[in-house]
Amino acid sequence: MLNIFEVAETNEMIEKENLDVRTITLGISLLDCIDDDINRLNENIYNKITYVARDLVKTGEDISKEFGIPIVNKRISVTPIGLIGASACKTTDDFVSIAKTLDKAAKTVGVNFIGGYSALVAKGMTPKEELLIRSIPKALASTERIMSSVVLGSTRTGLNMDAVKLMGSVIKKTAENTKELDSIGCTKLVVLCNAPDDNPFMAGAFHGVTEADNIINVGVSGPGVVKYALEKVRGENFEVLCETIKKTAFKVTRVGQIVAKEASKRLGIPFGIVDLSLAPTPAIGDSVADILKEIGLEEVGAPGTTAALALLNDQVKKGGVMASSYVGGLSGAFIPVSEDQGMIDAVNAGALTIEKLEAMTCVCSVGLDMIAIPGDTSETTISGIIADELAIGMINQKTTAVRIIPVIGKGLGENVEFGGLLGHAPIMPVNTFDCSAFINRGGRIPAPIHSFKN
Amino acid sequence: MNKTIITVVGHDTVGIIAKVCTYLADNNINILDISQTILQGFFNMMMITDMTEAKKPFGEICDELEALGSEIGVIIKCQREDIFKGMHRI
Repeated sequence: MLNIFEVAETNEMIEKENLDVRTITLGISLLDCIDDDINRLNENIYNKITYVARDLVKTGEDISKEFGIPIVNKRISVTPIGLIGASACKTTDDFVSIAKTLDKAAKTVGVNFIGGYSALVAKGMTPKEELLIRSIPKALASTERIMSSVVLGSTRTGLNMDAVKLMGSVIKKTAENTKELDSIGCTKLVVLCNAPDDNPFMAGAFHGVTEADNIINVGVSGPGVVKYALEKVRGENFEVLCETIKKTAFKVTRVGQIVAKEASKRLGIPFGIVDLSLAPTPAIGDSVADILKEIGLEEVGAPGTTAALALLNDQVKKGGVMASSYVGGLSGAFIPVSEDQGMIDAVNAGALTIEKLEAMTCVCSVGLDMIAIPGDTSETTISGIIADELAIGMINQKTTAVRIIPVIGKGLGENVEFGGLLGHAPIMPVNTFDCSAFINRGGRIPAPIHSFKN
Repeated sequence: MNKTIITVVGHDTVGIIAKVCTYLADNNINILDISQTILQGFFNMMMITDMTEAKKPFGEICDELEALGSEIGVIIKCQREDIFKGMHRI
Protein backbone atom coordinates (compact mmCIF):
# COMPACT_ATOMS: atom_id res chain seq x y z
CA MET A 1 0.00 0.00 0.00
CA LEU A 2 1.14 3.58 -0.67
CA ASN A 3 2.84 5.37 2.17
CA ILE A 4 2.58 8.96 3.27
CA PHE A 5 6.09 9.86 2.13
CA GLU A 6 5.42 8.75 -1.44
CA VAL A 7 2.22 10.75 -1.54
CA ALA A 8 3.95 13.78 -0.06
CA GLU A 9 6.80 13.47 -2.63
CA THR A 10 4.38 13.49 -5.55
CA ASN A 11 2.48 16.48 -4.21
CA GLU A 12 5.70 18.34 -3.52
CA MET A 13 6.73 17.83 -7.16
CA ILE A 14 3.42 19.28 -8.30
CA GLU A 15 3.19 22.17 -5.85
CA LYS A 16 6.80 23.30 -5.49
CA GLU A 17 8.73 21.91 -8.45
CA ASN A 18 6.41 22.77 -11.35
CA LEU A 19 5.58 19.19 -12.32
CA ASP A 20 2.85 19.32 -14.89
CA VAL A 21 1.61 17.72 -18.06
CA ARG A 22 2.60 20.26 -20.66
CA THR A 23 0.09 19.31 -23.30
CA ILE A 24 -2.58 16.90 -24.37
CA THR A 25 -2.54 17.17 -28.13
CA LEU A 26 -5.35 15.65 -30.12
CA GLY A 27 -4.25 14.67 -33.60
CA ILE A 28 -7.03 14.88 -36.17
CA SER A 29 -6.77 13.61 -39.72
CA LEU A 30 -8.35 15.97 -42.24
CA LEU A 31 -7.85 13.64 -45.21
CA ASP A 32 -11.57 12.86 -45.32
CA CYS A 33 -12.38 16.60 -45.48
CA ILE A 34 -10.70 17.10 -48.86
CA ASP A 35 -12.91 18.70 -51.51
CA ASP A 36 -12.22 20.64 -54.70
CA ASP A 37 -14.46 23.49 -53.57
CA ILE A 38 -12.76 25.81 -51.08
CA ASN A 39 -15.99 26.69 -49.25
CA ARG A 40 -17.00 23.06 -48.81
CA LEU A 41 -13.45 22.21 -47.73
CA ASN A 42 -13.51 24.91 -45.05
CA GLU A 43 -16.91 23.73 -43.86
CA ASN A 44 -15.74 20.10 -43.67
CA ILE A 45 -12.62 21.08 -41.72
CA TYR A 46 -14.55 23.19 -39.23
CA ASN A 47 -17.18 20.52 -38.70
CA LYS A 48 -14.72 17.69 -38.19
CA ILE A 49 -12.49 19.55 -35.74
CA THR A 50 -15.33 20.95 -33.67
CA TYR A 51 -16.98 17.51 -33.55
CA VAL A 52 -13.93 15.37 -32.71
CA ALA A 53 -12.47 17.87 -30.22
CA ARG A 54 -15.74 18.94 -28.64
CA ASP A 55 -14.91 17.45 -25.22
CA LEU A 56 -11.11 17.82 -25.30
CA VAL A 57 -10.75 20.86 -23.06
CA LYS A 58 -13.36 19.75 -20.53
CA THR A 59 -11.88 16.24 -20.35
CA GLY A 60 -8.43 17.74 -19.77
CA GLU A 61 -9.78 19.90 -16.97
CA ASP A 62 -11.65 16.99 -15.37
CA ILE A 63 -8.56 14.78 -15.39
CA SER A 64 -6.47 17.62 -14.02
CA LYS A 65 -8.86 18.02 -11.10
CA GLU A 66 -9.22 14.34 -10.29
CA PHE A 67 -5.52 13.59 -10.31
CA GLY A 68 -4.46 16.91 -8.87
CA ILE A 69 -1.97 17.49 -11.69
CA PRO A 70 -1.98 20.65 -13.83
CA ILE A 71 -2.49 20.04 -17.54
CA VAL A 72 -1.20 23.28 -18.96
CA ASN A 73 -2.28 23.10 -22.59
CA LYS A 74 -4.96 21.36 -24.59
CA ARG A 75 -4.07 21.48 -28.27
CA ILE A 76 -4.88 20.06 -31.68
CA SER A 77 -2.69 18.96 -34.56
CA VAL A 78 -4.07 18.33 -38.03
CA THR A 79 -2.91 16.77 -41.29
CA PRO A 80 -0.54 19.16 -43.11
CA ILE A 81 -2.72 21.72 -44.88
CA GLY A 82 -0.35 21.65 -47.87
CA LEU A 83 -1.93 18.26 -48.66
CA ILE A 84 -5.49 19.01 -47.56
CA GLY A 85 -5.79 22.24 -49.53
CA ALA A 86 -4.02 21.00 -52.68
CA SER A 87 -7.18 20.33 -54.64
CA ALA A 88 -9.24 23.38 -53.61
CA CYS A 89 -6.70 26.18 -53.22
CA LYS A 90 -5.85 28.22 -56.29
CA THR A 91 -4.29 31.23 -54.55
CA THR A 92 -2.46 32.05 -51.33
CA ASP A 93 -5.67 33.68 -50.09
CA ASP A 94 -7.47 30.34 -50.44
CA PHE A 95 -4.91 28.84 -48.06
CA VAL A 96 -5.29 31.81 -45.71
CA SER A 97 -9.03 31.10 -45.61
CA ILE A 98 -8.21 27.61 -44.29
CA ALA A 99 -5.95 29.17 -41.65
CA LYS A 100 -8.86 31.33 -40.57
CA THR A 101 -11.14 28.30 -40.43
CA LEU A 102 -8.63 26.45 -38.23
CA ASP A 103 -8.32 29.51 -36.00
CA LYS A 104 -12.10 29.72 -35.67
CA ALA A 105 -12.36 25.99 -34.87
CA ALA A 106 -9.61 26.33 -32.24
CA LYS A 107 -11.52 29.15 -30.58
CA THR A 108 -14.80 27.21 -30.69
CA VAL A 109 -13.36 24.18 -28.90
CA GLY A 110 -11.17 26.30 -26.61
CA VAL A 111 -7.68 25.04 -27.46
CA ASN A 112 -4.84 27.57 -27.32
CA PHE A 113 -2.96 26.36 -30.40
CA ILE A 114 -3.67 24.30 -33.48
CA GLY A 115 -0.69 22.93 -35.42
CA GLY A 116 -0.53 21.67 -38.95
CA TYR A 117 -0.50 24.72 -41.20
CA SER A 118 2.34 22.81 -42.74
CA ALA A 119 4.02 21.55 -45.86
CA LEU A 120 6.18 18.45 -46.19
CA VAL A 121 8.71 19.39 -48.83
CA ALA A 122 11.80 17.42 -47.76
CA LYS A 123 12.57 16.46 -51.34
CA GLY A 124 10.37 18.60 -53.54
CA MET A 125 7.52 21.09 -53.48
CA THR A 126 4.27 20.67 -55.34
CA PRO A 127 2.95 23.99 -56.73
CA LYS A 128 0.24 23.93 -54.05
CA GLU A 129 2.74 23.33 -51.25
CA GLU A 130 4.70 26.29 -52.51
CA LEU A 131 1.49 28.34 -52.44
CA LEU A 132 0.91 27.31 -48.82
CA ILE A 133 4.46 28.28 -47.87
CA ARG A 134 4.05 31.66 -49.57
CA SER A 135 0.77 32.18 -47.69
CA ILE A 136 2.38 31.68 -44.25
CA PRO A 137 3.26 35.36 -43.56
CA LYS A 138 -0.32 36.45 -44.20
CA ALA A 139 -1.85 33.42 -42.44
CA LEU A 140 0.16 34.01 -39.26
CA ALA A 141 -0.58 37.73 -39.28
CA SER A 142 -4.32 37.23 -39.65
CA THR A 143 -4.84 34.44 -37.10
CA GLU A 144 -4.03 33.97 -33.41
CA ARG A 145 -3.83 30.28 -32.67
CA ILE A 146 -2.32 28.78 -35.81
CA MET A 147 1.09 27.11 -35.67
CA SER A 148 2.96 26.55 -38.90
CA SER A 149 5.77 24.18 -39.79
CA VAL A 150 7.65 23.28 -42.95
CA VAL A 151 9.70 20.10 -43.29
CA LEU A 152 12.72 20.91 -45.45
CA GLY A 153 14.76 17.74 -45.33
CA SER A 154 15.38 14.30 -43.93
CA THR A 155 18.15 11.73 -43.63
CA ARG A 156 16.50 9.69 -46.40
CA THR A 157 15.94 12.55 -48.85
CA GLY A 158 18.64 15.10 -48.17
CA LEU A 159 17.86 18.82 -47.97
CA ASN A 160 15.55 20.70 -50.30
CA MET A 161 17.68 23.80 -50.72
CA ASP A 162 15.14 25.59 -52.95
CA ALA A 163 12.71 25.39 -50.05
CA VAL A 164 15.44 26.38 -47.55
CA LYS A 165 16.03 29.51 -49.64
CA LEU A 166 12.31 30.24 -49.86
CA MET A 167 11.88 29.87 -46.08
CA GLY A 168 14.56 32.52 -45.46
CA SER A 169 12.32 35.01 -47.23
CA VAL A 170 9.08 33.66 -45.70
CA ILE A 171 10.50 34.03 -42.18
CA LYS A 172 11.55 37.58 -42.97
CA LYS A 173 8.11 38.44 -44.41
CA THR A 174 6.38 36.86 -41.41
CA ALA A 175 8.52 39.06 -39.17
CA GLU A 176 7.63 42.15 -41.25
CA ASN A 177 3.92 41.34 -41.14
CA THR A 178 3.92 41.23 -37.34
CA LYS A 179 6.58 43.89 -36.69
CA GLU A 180 4.36 45.96 -34.40
CA LEU A 181 4.25 42.94 -32.04
CA ASP A 182 8.03 42.29 -31.99
CA SER A 183 7.68 39.98 -35.03
CA ILE A 184 5.73 37.47 -32.94
CA GLY A 185 4.54 35.67 -36.10
CA CYS A 186 7.95 33.96 -36.28
CA THR A 187 7.39 32.35 -32.86
CA LYS A 188 4.67 30.30 -34.54
CA LEU A 189 6.75 29.14 -37.48
CA VAL A 190 9.31 26.36 -37.43
CA VAL A 191 11.27 24.51 -40.11
CA LEU A 192 12.35 20.92 -39.53
CA CYS A 193 14.51 18.05 -40.69
CA ASN A 194 13.34 14.48 -39.88
CA ALA A 195 10.06 15.74 -38.40
CA PRO A 196 8.10 13.13 -36.42
CA ASP A 197 4.47 12.46 -37.36
CA ASP A 198 3.28 12.31 -33.74
CA ASN A 199 4.84 15.34 -32.10
CA PRO A 200 2.52 16.88 -29.49
CA PHE A 201 4.65 20.03 -29.02
CA MET A 202 4.18 23.29 -30.88
CA ALA A 203 5.13 24.86 -33.21
CA GLY A 204 6.17 21.66 -35.02
CA ALA A 205 3.08 19.56 -34.27
CA PHE A 206 1.18 18.13 -37.22
CA HIS A 207 -0.84 14.96 -37.64
CA GLY A 208 1.20 12.84 -40.02
CA VAL A 209 -0.35 10.89 -42.85
CA THR A 210 0.91 7.64 -41.31
CA GLU A 211 -1.33 8.21 -38.27
CA ALA A 212 -4.81 6.91 -37.43
CA ASP A 213 -7.92 9.06 -37.89
CA ASN A 214 -7.66 10.61 -34.42
CA ILE A 215 -5.04 10.10 -31.74
CA ILE A 216 -4.07 11.38 -28.29
CA ASN A 217 -0.44 12.37 -27.78
CA VAL A 218 0.85 13.76 -24.51
CA GLY A 219 3.90 15.87 -23.73
CA VAL A 220 5.25 15.83 -20.18
CA SER A 221 7.49 18.36 -18.56
CA GLY A 222 9.33 18.63 -15.29
CA PRO A 223 12.72 20.41 -15.53
CA GLY A 224 12.08 21.71 -12.00
CA VAL A 225 11.64 18.18 -10.65
CA VAL A 226 14.95 17.02 -12.17
CA LYS A 227 16.74 20.14 -10.88
CA TYR A 228 15.40 19.60 -7.35
CA ALA A 229 16.37 15.91 -7.37
CA LEU A 230 19.90 16.82 -8.48
CA GLU A 231 20.30 19.33 -5.66
CA LYS A 232 20.27 16.36 -3.32
CA VAL A 233 23.23 14.64 -5.05
CA ARG A 234 25.62 17.60 -5.36
CA GLY A 235 29.25 16.48 -5.60
CA GLU A 236 28.38 12.82 -6.26
CA ASN A 237 29.90 11.00 -9.25
CA PHE A 238 28.37 10.54 -12.70
CA GLU A 239 26.86 7.16 -11.83
CA VAL A 240 24.81 8.67 -9.01
CA LEU A 241 23.97 11.70 -11.15
CA CYS A 242 22.70 9.58 -14.04
CA GLU A 243 20.73 7.20 -11.82
CA THR A 244 19.01 10.16 -10.16
CA ILE A 245 17.99 11.66 -13.51
CA LYS A 246 16.68 8.28 -14.73
CA LYS A 247 14.56 7.68 -11.64
CA THR A 248 13.14 11.17 -11.77
CA ALA A 249 12.38 10.92 -15.48
CA PHE A 250 10.55 7.66 -14.82
CA LYS A 251 8.27 9.34 -12.28
CA VAL A 252 7.61 12.37 -14.45
CA THR A 253 6.84 10.25 -17.51
CA ARG A 254 4.49 7.98 -15.57
CA VAL A 255 2.28 10.97 -14.89
CA GLY A 256 2.10 11.63 -18.62
CA GLN A 257 1.30 7.99 -19.33
CA ILE A 258 -1.56 7.96 -16.79
CA VAL A 259 -3.02 11.19 -18.11
CA ALA A 260 -2.70 10.02 -21.72
CA LYS A 261 -4.44 6.69 -21.03
CA GLU A 262 -7.20 8.38 -19.06
CA ALA A 263 -7.79 11.03 -21.75
CA SER A 264 -7.84 8.32 -24.38
CA LYS A 265 -10.43 6.30 -22.44
CA ARG A 266 -12.72 9.25 -21.75
CA LEU A 267 -12.60 10.69 -25.26
CA GLY A 268 -12.84 7.30 -26.95
CA ILE A 269 -9.77 8.16 -29.03
CA PRO A 270 -6.72 5.85 -29.20
CA PHE A 271 -3.59 6.66 -27.18
CA GLY A 272 -0.66 7.45 -29.44
CA ILE A 273 2.53 8.32 -27.59
CA VAL A 274 4.06 10.11 -24.64
CA ASP A 275 6.75 12.59 -25.63
CA LEU A 276 9.59 12.46 -23.10
CA SER A 277 10.81 15.98 -23.64
CA LEU A 278 11.96 18.18 -20.80
CA ALA A 279 10.09 21.35 -21.73
CA PRO A 280 10.99 24.53 -19.87
CA THR A 281 8.83 27.62 -19.34
CA PRO A 282 9.93 31.14 -18.45
CA ALA A 283 8.77 30.50 -14.85
CA ILE A 284 11.51 30.47 -12.23
CA GLY A 285 12.36 26.85 -11.33
CA ASP A 286 11.14 25.42 -14.63
CA SER A 287 14.39 25.65 -16.56
CA VAL A 288 16.57 23.14 -18.43
CA ALA A 289 19.47 25.61 -18.12
CA ASP A 290 19.19 25.39 -14.33
CA ILE A 291 19.62 21.60 -14.54
CA LEU A 292 22.80 22.05 -16.57
CA LYS A 293 24.06 24.50 -13.97
CA GLU A 294 23.19 22.06 -11.20
CA ILE A 295 25.20 19.39 -13.05
CA GLY A 296 28.20 21.66 -12.61
CA LEU A 297 28.36 24.55 -15.07
CA GLU A 298 28.70 28.18 -14.02
CA GLU A 299 26.53 29.21 -16.96
CA VAL A 300 25.10 27.37 -19.95
CA GLY A 301 27.61 27.76 -22.76
CA ALA A 302 30.65 27.03 -20.60
CA PRO A 303 32.94 24.22 -21.82
CA GLY A 304 31.28 20.96 -20.79
CA THR A 305 27.80 22.19 -21.72
CA THR A 306 27.38 19.84 -24.69
CA ALA A 307 28.51 16.83 -22.66
CA ALA A 308 26.24 17.73 -19.74
CA LEU A 309 23.29 18.13 -22.08
CA ALA A 310 24.10 14.84 -23.84
CA LEU A 311 24.03 12.91 -20.59
CA LEU A 312 20.89 14.68 -19.38
CA ASN A 313 19.06 13.95 -22.61
CA ASP A 314 20.11 10.31 -22.66
CA GLN A 315 19.20 9.62 -19.03
CA VAL A 316 15.78 11.25 -19.46
CA LYS A 317 15.11 8.84 -22.32
CA LYS A 318 16.42 5.82 -20.43
CA GLY A 319 14.22 6.57 -17.43
CA GLY A 320 11.22 7.66 -19.44
CA VAL A 321 11.09 4.80 -21.92
CA MET A 322 10.22 2.27 -19.25
CA ALA A 323 7.50 4.47 -17.79
CA SER A 324 5.42 4.61 -20.96
CA SER A 325 4.06 1.90 -23.22
CA TYR A 326 4.60 4.05 -26.32
CA VAL A 327 7.17 6.77 -26.61
CA GLY A 328 7.45 9.10 -29.58
CA GLY A 329 7.37 12.69 -30.71
CA LEU A 330 10.53 14.69 -30.18
CA SER A 331 11.59 13.11 -26.87
CA GLY A 332 14.56 15.14 -25.75
CA ALA A 333 15.45 18.19 -23.71
CA PHE A 334 14.27 21.43 -25.29
CA ILE A 335 16.68 24.33 -25.21
CA PRO A 336 14.65 27.34 -26.32
CA VAL A 337 16.18 30.66 -25.39
CA SER A 338 13.22 32.95 -24.75
CA GLU A 339 11.21 30.27 -22.95
CA ASP A 340 13.88 29.42 -20.37
CA GLN A 341 15.02 32.01 -17.84
CA GLY A 342 18.35 30.23 -17.33
CA MET A 343 19.11 30.42 -21.07
CA ILE A 344 18.21 34.10 -21.16
CA ASP A 345 20.56 34.73 -18.22
CA ALA A 346 23.33 32.82 -20.01
CA VAL A 347 22.93 34.97 -23.14
CA ASN A 348 22.91 38.15 -21.08
CA ALA A 349 26.04 37.01 -19.24
CA GLY A 350 27.82 36.55 -22.59
CA ALA A 351 28.19 32.81 -22.02
CA LEU A 352 25.92 31.51 -24.75
CA THR A 353 26.06 32.14 -28.50
CA ILE A 354 24.12 30.80 -31.47
CA GLU A 355 27.17 28.73 -32.43
CA LYS A 356 27.23 27.00 -29.02
CA LEU A 357 23.48 26.44 -29.20
CA GLU A 358 24.03 24.81 -32.58
CA ALA A 359 26.59 22.44 -31.04
CA MET A 360 24.15 21.63 -28.24
CA THR A 361 21.46 20.67 -30.74
CA CYS A 362 23.70 17.83 -31.95
CA VAL A 363 22.96 15.94 -28.74
CA CYS A 364 19.41 16.90 -27.84
CA SER A 365 16.14 17.88 -29.37
CA VAL A 366 15.26 19.95 -31.07
CA GLY A 367 17.16 22.76 -32.59
CA LEU A 368 17.73 26.49 -32.64
CA ASP A 369 14.57 27.44 -30.83
CA MET A 370 13.06 30.78 -29.94
CA ILE A 371 16.13 32.80 -30.76
CA ALA A 372 15.71 36.51 -31.42
CA ILE A 373 18.17 37.95 -33.95
CA PRO A 374 18.63 41.45 -35.41
CA GLY A 375 15.80 42.53 -37.71
CA ASP A 376 18.23 43.49 -40.47
CA THR A 377 19.59 39.94 -40.82
CA SER A 378 19.42 39.05 -44.52
CA GLU A 379 17.15 36.37 -45.95
CA THR A 380 20.09 34.34 -47.19
CA THR A 381 21.79 34.45 -43.80
CA ILE A 382 18.60 33.06 -42.23
CA SER A 383 18.57 30.36 -44.91
CA GLY A 384 22.23 29.64 -44.13
CA ILE A 385 21.44 29.18 -40.42
CA ILE A 386 18.58 26.86 -41.39
CA ALA A 387 20.80 24.84 -43.74
CA ASP A 388 23.45 24.37 -41.03
CA GLU A 389 20.97 23.22 -38.43
CA LEU A 390 19.10 20.86 -40.76
CA ALA A 391 22.39 19.37 -41.99
CA ILE A 392 23.06 18.31 -38.39
CA GLY A 393 19.74 16.49 -38.33
CA MET A 394 20.24 14.96 -41.75
CA ILE A 395 23.68 13.54 -41.02
CA ASN A 396 22.93 12.43 -37.46
CA GLN A 397 19.52 10.89 -38.19
CA LYS A 398 17.74 13.05 -35.67
CA THR A 399 15.10 15.74 -35.66
CA THR A 400 16.44 19.26 -35.84
CA ALA A 401 14.54 22.48 -36.25
CA VAL A 402 14.90 26.24 -36.48
CA ARG A 403 12.50 28.73 -34.93
CA ILE A 404 14.26 32.03 -35.24
CA ILE A 405 12.83 35.52 -34.94
CA PRO A 406 14.40 38.40 -36.89
CA VAL A 407 12.89 41.21 -34.82
CA ILE A 408 12.16 44.02 -37.25
CA GLY A 409 13.36 47.39 -36.01
CA LYS A 410 15.50 45.95 -33.24
CA GLY A 411 19.17 45.17 -32.99
CA LEU A 412 21.89 43.98 -30.63
CA GLY A 413 21.53 45.07 -27.02
CA GLU A 414 17.76 45.22 -27.23
CA ASN A 415 15.17 42.87 -25.77
CA VAL A 416 11.89 41.47 -27.03
CA GLU A 417 8.87 40.51 -24.99
CA PHE A 418 6.57 37.87 -26.50
CA GLY A 419 4.56 37.29 -23.35
CA GLY A 420 3.16 34.19 -21.67
CA LEU A 421 4.77 30.83 -22.37
CA LEU A 422 6.74 32.36 -25.27
CA GLY A 423 8.74 34.47 -22.80
CA HIS A 424 11.23 37.22 -23.57
CA ALA A 425 14.68 37.31 -25.12
CA PRO A 426 17.75 39.42 -25.75
CA ILE A 427 18.64 39.87 -29.44
CA MET A 428 21.56 37.56 -30.19
CA PRO A 429 24.38 38.38 -32.61
CA VAL A 430 24.55 36.54 -35.92
CA ASN A 431 27.69 35.91 -37.96
CA THR A 432 27.34 38.50 -40.71
CA PHE A 433 29.69 37.02 -43.31
CA ASP A 434 27.80 36.39 -46.53
CA CYS A 435 26.52 32.98 -47.70
CA SER A 436 24.24 34.12 -50.53
CA ALA A 437 26.26 32.43 -53.28
CA PHE A 438 25.80 29.12 -51.44
CA ILE A 439 22.07 29.58 -50.81
CA ASN A 440 21.36 30.87 -54.34
CA ARG A 441 22.76 27.77 -56.06
CA GLY A 442 19.33 26.09 -56.09
CA GLY A 443 18.44 22.41 -56.09
CA ARG A 444 18.96 19.79 -53.41
CA ILE A 445 21.70 18.53 -51.14
CA PRO A 446 21.72 14.76 -51.80
CA ALA A 447 20.82 12.25 -49.08
CA PRO A 448 23.86 11.27 -47.02
CA ILE A 449 25.56 7.90 -47.11
CA HIS A 450 24.49 5.51 -44.36
CA SER A 451 27.74 3.73 -43.87
CA PHE A 452 31.34 4.70 -43.01
CA LYS A 453 30.09 6.49 -39.88
CA ASN A 454 32.60 8.97 -38.58
CA MET B 1 -13.12 0.04 -6.01
CA ASN B 2 -12.63 3.77 -6.54
CA LYS B 3 -9.59 4.48 -4.38
CA THR B 4 -8.89 8.09 -3.58
CA ILE B 5 -6.09 9.66 -1.58
CA ILE B 6 -6.99 12.54 0.71
CA THR B 7 -4.08 14.55 2.08
CA VAL B 8 -4.19 17.16 4.79
CA VAL B 9 -1.22 19.49 5.30
CA GLY B 10 -0.94 22.39 7.72
CA HIS B 11 -0.50 23.42 11.34
CA ASP B 12 -1.63 20.82 13.85
CA THR B 13 -4.77 21.69 15.73
CA VAL B 14 -7.58 20.00 17.66
CA GLY B 15 -10.21 18.17 15.65
CA ILE B 16 -8.74 18.02 12.11
CA ILE B 17 -9.24 14.27 11.75
CA ALA B 18 -12.66 14.45 13.41
CA LYS B 19 -13.92 17.08 10.99
CA VAL B 20 -12.60 15.32 7.89
CA CYS B 21 -13.96 11.96 9.05
CA THR B 22 -17.38 13.44 9.81
CA TYR B 23 -17.54 14.88 6.30
CA LEU B 24 -16.54 11.53 4.78
CA ALA B 25 -19.09 9.63 6.89
CA ASP B 26 -21.85 12.07 5.90
CA ASN B 27 -21.06 11.43 2.25
CA ASN B 28 -20.78 7.65 2.53
CA ILE B 29 -17.04 7.50 1.82
CA ASN B 30 -15.24 4.56 3.42
CA ILE B 31 -11.80 5.05 4.99
CA LEU B 32 -9.40 2.19 4.23
CA ASP B 33 -6.26 3.52 5.89
CA ILE B 34 -5.05 6.57 7.81
CA SER B 35 -1.48 7.61 8.55
CA GLN B 36 -0.02 10.82 9.87
CA THR B 37 3.36 12.33 10.55
CA ILE B 38 5.18 15.62 10.94
CA LEU B 39 7.07 16.49 7.71
CA GLN B 40 9.29 19.61 7.62
CA GLY B 41 7.46 20.96 10.65
CA PHE B 42 3.99 20.51 9.18
CA PHE B 43 1.20 18.18 10.15
CA ASN B 44 0.72 15.69 7.30
CA MET B 45 -2.13 13.25 7.12
CA MET B 46 -2.98 10.81 4.38
CA MET B 47 -6.16 8.81 4.05
CA ILE B 48 -6.83 6.10 1.55
CA THR B 49 -10.56 6.05 0.92
CA ASP B 50 -13.06 4.25 -1.23
CA MET B 51 -15.51 6.53 -3.00
CA THR B 52 -17.45 3.85 -4.88
CA GLU B 53 -20.63 4.53 -2.88
CA ALA B 54 -20.08 8.26 -2.43
CA LYS B 55 -23.21 10.39 -2.50
CA LYS B 56 -21.73 13.16 -4.64
CA PRO B 57 -19.61 13.41 -7.77
CA PHE B 58 -15.83 13.48 -7.36
CA GLY B 59 -15.38 17.13 -8.31
CA GLU B 60 -17.93 18.31 -5.80
CA ILE B 61 -16.31 16.32 -2.98
CA CYS B 62 -12.92 17.84 -3.90
CA ASP B 63 -14.34 21.36 -3.73
CA GLU B 64 -16.14 20.76 -0.44
CA LEU B 65 -13.09 19.20 1.18
CA GLU B 66 -10.99 22.13 0.00
CA ALA B 67 -13.51 24.53 1.54
CA LEU B 68 -13.53 22.51 4.77
CA GLY B 69 -9.72 22.78 4.78
CA SER B 70 -9.74 26.55 4.55
CA GLU B 71 -12.26 26.64 7.45
CA ILE B 72 -9.86 24.65 9.65
CA GLY B 73 -6.77 26.41 8.31
CA VAL B 74 -5.20 23.44 6.52
CA ILE B 75 -4.86 22.38 2.88
CA ILE B 76 -6.95 19.37 1.94
CA LYS B 77 -6.41 17.68 -1.42
CA CYS B 78 -8.32 14.83 -2.89
CA GLN B 79 -6.72 12.87 -5.75
CA ARG B 80 -7.25 9.56 -7.51
CA GLU B 81 -4.84 6.89 -6.25
CA ASP B 82 -3.58 6.03 -9.77
CA ILE B 83 -1.20 8.97 -10.02
CA PHE B 84 0.69 7.95 -6.88
CA LYS B 85 0.72 4.25 -7.71
CA GLY B 86 1.89 4.95 -11.24
CA MET B 87 4.75 7.09 -10.01
CA HIS B 88 5.95 4.92 -7.14
CA ARG B 89 5.23 1.35 -8.29
CA ILE B 90 6.65 -0.31 -11.38
